[in-house]
Amino acid sequence: MRRLLAVVTALTLVGCAAKQPTTGEITVFAAASLTESFTKLGKDFEAKNPGAKVKFNFAGSSALAQQINQGAPVDVFASAAPANMKQVTDSGAVTASPATFVKNTLQIAVPKGNPGKVSGLADFGNPGLKIALCAEQVPCGAAAKKVFEAAKITAAPDTLEQDVKAVLTKVRLGEVDAALVYRTDVKSAGDSVEGKDFPEADKAVNEYPIAPLAKAPNAGAAKAFVDFVLSEQGRKVLAEAGFTAP
Amino acid sequence: MTKPPAVLLLPALAGVAFLLVPLAGLLVRAPWADLPRQLLSAEVGEALRLSLITASLATIVCLLLGVPLAWLLARGDLPGRGILRALITVPLVLPPVVGGVALLLVLGRRGLVGQYLDEWFGVTLPFTTTGVVLAEAFVAMPFLVISVEGALRAADPRFEEAAATLGASRWLTFRRVTLPSVMPGVVAGTVLCWARALGEFGATITFAGNFPGRTTTMPLAVYLALETDPDAAIVLSIVLLLVSIAVLAGLRDRWISGPT
Repeated sequence: MRRLLAVVTALTLVGCAAKQPTTGEITVFAAASLTESFTKLGKDFEAKNPGAKVKFNFAGSSALAQQINQGAPVDVFASAAPANMKQVTDSGAVTASPATFVKNTLQIAVPKGNPGKVSGLADFGNPGLKIALCAEQVPCGAAAKKVFEAAKITAAPDTLEQDVKAVLTKVRLGEVDAALVYRTDVKSAGDSVEGKDFPEADKAVNEYPIAPLAKAPNAGAAKAFVDFVLSEQGRKVLAEAGFTAP
Repeated sequence: MTKPPAVLLLPALAGVAFLLVPLAGLLVRAPWADLPRQLLSAEVGEALRLSLITASLATIVCLLLGVPLAWLLARGDLPGRGILRALITVPLVLPPVVGGVALLLVLGRRGLVGQYLDEWFGVTLPFTTTGVVLAEAFVAMPFLVISVEGALRAADPRFEEAAATLGASRWLTFRRVTLPSVMPGVVAGTVLCWARALGEFGATITFAGNFPGRTTTMPLAVYLALETDPDAAIVLSIVLLLVSIAVLAGLRDRWISGPT
């Protein structure tokens, strides 16, 4: 066993010395709202760095932070809110200082044709309507809480979902009359979902931080991927998805 | 008893450790000092109560539909019985979350059947406690059916034939002869079914969503608590572990003693 360990260590050292930062597998844990844009960025990154393979795990930022703190082998973490990034910097899983790469705001999402005749945030207090929100521990849920407080509305949700895509799915299937998701999610859903702006959205602007992990198995590539997200090309993809610049 | 060869003994012991160490870990990491407060907290009580109620209701649904179905599979003289049995065991091997998606597409508000429930009766099932019961019953019923069918096949049909020759109707025979003779199988199936319903996660969160007091059952609460309050997740897990052990204890005559 010890001999095996020595061999592995030696190989790792050789790998580092050879400085091939942008090859091999890069594991990226990213907020669910980044699903489409990061998938695209991953493809672009692979095209630019032949030999690199980007693997994603998209989920609610709180679930991802939890998995990272439990020791999941991850290279890069992109959270939908600073609070969930703080969970991993507090635990020491991330020691680099996270960079904010985009901003996002909430939008009211209704199924095509707006069957519930939802016109504004006030409708979320109507118990007669089926309403989906994100659970409070995920960033979209925390943001929803903020806008309801700002608008002085007591929301009457029927379900608190684990990530923003789960909320969006309930809207797409027409199972709920209204939901609060990110404007980028409404955009990604295409024609099946209609988005409605509301003034209180400005009260909860989510800043998305990204950082390489302290124990990234592929540290060089982790940094390269973070740099790529922050690059001109990366920002362009994110802007096309509807994110705003930080 | 002969001394087992090392080539069998070592993997066997590794197997025991693999199954038991995680459970022991749960007990080691438990916040014992904080346990009473956690157990009495509103969230835990609410989730436990909801879980017990929905699992019991789901089990009743399974009994009402599953026992006749098991009888049909064991005694009914219908063509294609093998195919029918294979089909109804699909939910047994299907990932529960797929079951949840299927339920949503059929019984959801825009679903194949659900749209008429909504239109004609104003009934919508997703995000309701009824939805939780349905999701649990969908996943748990095959356990009951298989168990009862096995018991029916093992039972001696001559008693039923004797009852029939004495003039009993088939329904009377079923109630007074068949059912009592397979009661141990029905009880075991019921307990299994109930335990499966109690542990149901994937179909529930997919079909019924998550709202405290309405659809957040124990397994959902464990999963959610892990993200915010890991100690609470451990407490909830221990409660479920104790319930599982109680179920096993209830079945001990049947399983733990094994064939003698």
